Parts: sequence; structure tokens; C-alpha cells
Amino acid sequence: MKEEVICAGFGGQGIMVLGKILALAAMKEDKFVTWMPSYGAEVRGGTAHSMVVISDREITSPVITNPTTAIVMNQPSLDKFLPKTKAQGLVIVNTSLAKVNPTRKDLEILKVPATEMAAKLGNIKVANMIILGAYLAKRKTLSLESVLNALPETISAEFLELNEIALRTGFNL
Amino acid sequence: MEKTFSRPKSMRNVVMHYCAGCGHGIVHRLICEVIDEFKIREKTIAIAPVGCAVLAYDYWDFDTTESAHGRAPAVATGIKRILPDRIIFTYQGDGDLAAIGTAEIIHTANRGENITVIFVNNAVYGMTGGQMAPTTILGQKTETTPWGREPKSDGYPLKISEMLSLLPGVVYIERTAVNNAKNVLLTKRAIKKAFLNQIENKGFSLVEVLSSCPTYWHMSPVEAMKWIDTEMTKYYPLGVIKNNC
Amino acid sequence: MKERILLCGNEAIGEGAIQAGCQFYAGYPITPQNELTAYMARRMNEEGRVFIQSESEISAINMVFGASLAGARAMTSSSSPGISLKQEGISYLVGCELPAVIINIMRGGPGLGNIAPSQADYFQATKGGGHGDYHTIVLAPSSVEEAFSLTFLAFDLADLYRNPVIILGDGVLGQMMEPVSQIQNSRPKVKNYSKDWILNGCRGRNPRIIRSLLLGEGELEKHNQRLQKKFKEIKEKEVRFEALYLEDADFILVSYGTVSRICKAVVSNLRSLGKKIGLIRPVSLWPFPEEIIKKTAKRLKGILVVEMSAGQMLEDVKISVEGACPVYFYGRMGGGVPTEEEIFKQVIAL
Repeated sequence: MKEEVICAGFGGQGIMVLGKILALAAMKEDKFVTWMPSYGAEVRGGTAHSMVVISDREITSPVITNPTTAIVMNQPSLDKFLPKTKAQGLVIVNTSLAKVNPTRKDLEILKVPATEMAAKLGNIKVANMIILGAYLAKRKTLSLESVLNALPETISAEFLELNEIALRTGFNL
Repeated sequence: MEKTFSRPKSMRNVVMHYCAGCGHGIVHRLICEVIDEFKIREKTIAIAPVGCAVLAYDYWDFDTTESAHGRAPAVATGIKRILPDRIIFTYQGDGDLAAIGTAEIIHTANRGENITVIFVNNAVYGMTGGQMAPTTILGQKTETTPWGREPKSDGYPLKISEMLSLLPGVVYIERTAVNNAKNVLLTKRAIKKAFLNQIENKGFSLVEVLSSCPTYWHMSPVEAMKWIDTEMTKYYPLGVIKNNC
Repeated sequence: MKERILLCGNEAIGEGAIQAGCQFYAGYPITPQNELTAYMARRMNEEGRVFIQSESEISAINMVFGASLAGARAMTSSSSPGISLKQEGISYLVGCELPAVIINIMRGGPGLGNIAPSQADYFQATKGGGHGDYHTIVLAPSSVEEAFSLTFLAFDLADLYRNPVIILGDGVLGQMMEPVSQIQNSRPKVKNYSKDWILNGCRGRNPRIIRSLLLGEGELEKHNQRLQKKFKEIKEKEVRFEALYLEDADFILVSYGTVSRICKAVVSNLRSLGKKIGLIRPVSLWPFPEEIIKKTAKRLKGILVVEMSAGQMLEDVKISVEGACPVYFYGRMGGGVPTEEEIFKQVIAL
């Protein structure tokens, strides 16, 4: 098993946290894992992304050119990473902020109106957790429990419950 | 008979390499007298510059390090932060402090490092053979301003002490000269205060000493002493520039 | 399984320094090593040690010079353009025989380049870097765990030889997070070196002078001969490398740092196809593992050197091989990271 996930979106959409939670959960399952952010000037203003590699064996490069899964939270991210996703790969799209115009037939595309769903829960910032929940249900790389266990390490106690609810909402779609 | 004058204990009994009429020897000695009077020889660490005073450690009888050109204040910062109870001073010329080391002196002063800086301004580069210094006065002839310093091409002489006095981290700055007996005594008083401030943990102190360079001013020592009075002090007035203690 | 924590390379270097007893850190922010400066700002304060955000890289290395001559374990960190600025200070550290640890998390150059990972500062790090005849010890970690352990080692080597030690990583290593266990579980013991050369005031002893200026006739040559003797001793004692399948390999890859991780995957893929391929990963870039490469090259059909540069370590490999077998090169520049597939194709083509 080797899963290469790129999480991408605007700065402020919780993209880095999303990747880090995945990495923490993978570590808790004793898997090999690396997490790497896009860093520096490109983080500001435009699209930020982080790369998570989860594997049963030692990971050689944390740099992902062609992901097996792309989690995209906005239009520029979709436009950038849909063409790069590996054949038979998965693209999860936040359809609240991105319109899918499928040009590739060799991909599985999962549409989640994550920002609208998050708004219904009272805070659009948890859109990242909704989409993470949807990913866990679809791919089963990691268990929901591991991710729930990883949450307190990156989410402050104040927002923990809301994030858990959002995660479960996405998972039970 | 009572002995009224002798070599300070902190000064080595060696012949200095300085030119006749150079002010460095006087300033070296004044520092040693002050260190003796405060009995701090065994806890003093000096930072020598690059420039004519590069060999200062051959004349001082206490711990001394060299530093890269202009970086003495950064080196002093490193030492003082590790050994806050020792007395740390830098000895810097005008090229070292006011040209290549401008960033270091400004930021060390701005951090309010509790150190003492002795800044010897003789308005010329001695070590390299008489080129323009940042403090060379307008019209002054040097190897690199053969027709005199011209503001359009060479810029203006830098009043770095006045600039530094604006920084809240600085507690004391005074400009003195070593061109006559009275000024030498005033210089010693200023150096003493700059060390006392450090001993009392008051913060950053600097003494700018106007000093002579007969060799590259192309004057006799006597003319050089006069030139400090008639020309240098016009642009660099003597006196306390800042005293916040 | 040991308890693990998720840490990026920059943070692991910081923690390695903290645990090695680093008492002084000065640095100026530059990407991609900023996490290290931020980590030191927090941790040095927690430990009651000195952290200074300096006005420039030049000031930082000179503050390190001061802290080191005052007897402290001292470190600075930067990335390529900032390391260029530190070269003057590094040369002075060597000349004055002062220990220091310098971290370079390399980015693309020349000039401002970009902030992507690179290995293009190999020449600068291993051949001296500043003016004068000298070397710094250069260690190249390839994982977050090793970023920690080699930083710890760097402080010991710096004190032992009274010479600066450089940790040479790249943007991937600095930014990448991996689970690590050693950091929490095995607090290594800090060695104490007697430092009878520091300046701390001359109480009860003769005054000391620290300098690299030696004007007396023959003095500087003598000083240089002594330094060279020290470098020779380092070359004899401090070579470090990792080797895979050298026993039966007829072809090997040579790479270091991030690239060596990718090469390892290529080696194991080719092994599973029955190819007799091996790998040498220099851990110390200076001193360079010349001997093992020289010895191995005699029975090889060829060597492929892979770097994120136009071919810098390549030259040291060629010098070591002494023409005993063909040496090939594959490199990416300006932030390109070679993929497994690219390297695989290169090997197959040979």
C-alpha cells in the first residue's frame, strides 16, 4: 500500500492542518508517513498545498508529482491537480468553490459541497474536516478512530467538538 | 620620592607600531588606566578591530580577540550574552565602525547590549594607506579623494554618534579628542564613565575619540593636533551627545 | 513500538542542538529553514539559553564567533544565500580554531534562485567556502531522525577538533515531517570538552589572545601546517557513510541526503528484478568516503551519481574512482527533485 495525497486550497482553508492530521493518524497506525508543505511565498495569496505519503514500507521521497488522491478545496487547486492525478486515482472536490468539468474518464471524482455543509454546522472553517471525513469513508487508508485520536494534537479544545462533528458528517455522507 | 606616573598594569611593556603623533597609543593607555582603576583587568575581554588597531592585543595585558572587519559589536554581543558578568569592550576605527560595520554597531546599540565601545575617529584609513573614511571631512584630501572629498561623488561625512544617540537602547555617548592635555583628561573621564555604565549594568555606551593621523593627513604631529581643533571639531563638535543615566 | 512524534527536519535539527547543550543561537530568517529559527526562539528561551534574531547572517555568524570564544556551544542556521554571507565568519572561525555548528538548508541558486530544495552548495560546503586553505566538517542527513542525531554529533566534532561543522540539508529535509522516536526516547549524553583556550577574563592565568592574524615571518605557514595536520586527522577518523549490497554489486548509485532516499527505492526495485545493484551514501561529505568508493570501483561496471545539482559531488566520486570504472551522472537543478522513475530509467539505459 502506498497512498500519495495532495491537499490543496486557499490559505486559510485549513489545508496544512488537514494534511498534518492525516499524517498524525497514519503515525498512530504505525504506518510509514511523510508530510510536506508547499512553503514560502507561494503560500500567500494563492493556492497552498501539502503532500502526505502513507505507506507500508519506508518512504523514499516526500515530494509528490502525481498524487493517487487529490483533495481540492477551490477552483485553482482543481485546475492544477486534476490533470496530475494518477490514472484510477481519486479527486475529491469541494463543489462549493470549484466546478468540475470532467476532462478525464480514468479518475474517480467525489463531489462534496464542503463549504456549504460547514456553513450549516455554523463555521465554514470546518469544511476541511467534512472533506477529510468523506476521504476516509471513500479510501479507508486510515480508520476514522485514528483520525479522531489525532485531532486534539492540532485542534484547540475550544473547537474540538465542532471539528469532530464535521468529520463524522463528512464520513457519513 | 613618591612615584606619580608609571605604565598601567594592564599595558604590556612593549614598543607600539603606531606612527609618531598617532592618537591610538594615547587611547590604548587611557583604557588601561581606567581598567586598572576599576580593578577589572581579570574580568575584561576586549575585541580588537581590523584597521590600524588590529594589533591592540599585543599592547593590552588582558584577554583580547580579533574580529572580522566591522563585526566587533556582533562578537561583543556573543561574548556578553554568554558571560554577562564580564566587562566587554570593542575598540573600533572609523572604517570599522562607521563604514563596513554600520549595521552591526546600529543593531548592537539598538538592542541596548550592555557593552562599552571606544570609537577612534581620525577621518582617514590608516592601515590601507590613507584612503577616504566615512568620516573624512568635506574637502579633505585622501588617496581616494585626491582633489578633496566632494559630496556629489563621495557623500557627506557620517555623524554616526549623533545617529546612534537617537536609539532608545543607547544610554551614553560622548565625543572627545586626544589633541591636548585637557582633552586627554576629558577623554579619560568619558571612557571611565562608559565602563562604569557597563559595571552598573546601565547599557550601551560609546565614546567617540577624535584622533590624529599625521602620516595620512600629511602633516607634522603638531599641525595634526591643531587640525583637530580648527577643522575636525567644526564638523564633529566635542561634548556629551547623549546621557541617559 | 517506541513512542513516536511527528517532527519536521528543521525542528529535529533544533532539538538535536538543544539536547547537545547548545547555549547560544543567532540567526536571520530565510526560507526554507524558518521553522528552525522559530523552534530555537521558543526552546532556547524555555531552557534559559540565549537566542538572538540578528540583523543579518553576517552578524549571526560573528555573534556565534563571540559566544564560541567565550566557551559556549553555539549555532547559526540559514539557507544558501545566507550561507554565502556567513563565509567570511566561517573562515575566521577556522583561522581562530573556534568550534561552531552551522546549518545550511539548501535552496535553488545561483543568486536569489528559488526556495525549492537543492544540493548546489556542495562545492561551497566541502571545499572551504570562504578564503584560505581550510575545510569544515560537513554532515548530510537524509531523514528527520538523522537530522537530529547528526546535529548532536556535530557539536561533539566541533568541540573535539575546534573547527566549524556544517549540517548540509535541503528544503525537502527541512520541511518534511516524519515520525521520529529517538528524540524522546534516548536522550544521548552530552560530552564535556575541557576548553583551556577560551576568553573569560584572565583571573589566575596569563591573558589569552584569539586571532588568525599572524604577521611574523613563517608564522602563518606554521599555523596552516598545523591546521592541515588537523584536517588530515579528521580525514582519517571521521569518514561516515552508508553502504548497500556492495558484496555482490556490479553497479552502484552514489547519492546523499534527500536524493539517497529516492535512490534506495530504485536499488530495491532493481534488486527485485534480479539486478546486482548497490548504493553508497556519503554521510560525511567532508571528509569524503574516498576509500570505500576507490575499493569498490575496481570491481564495478559503473557508477551513477545522482544529485540535485549540475554535478558537484560527482567530481569527488571521480577523484576517488581514479578511472577504475565509468562514472555516469544524473542531476536535476533549480528545485527539481529526481523521481524514482527518472533514476530507474537512467540505470536501465546504462
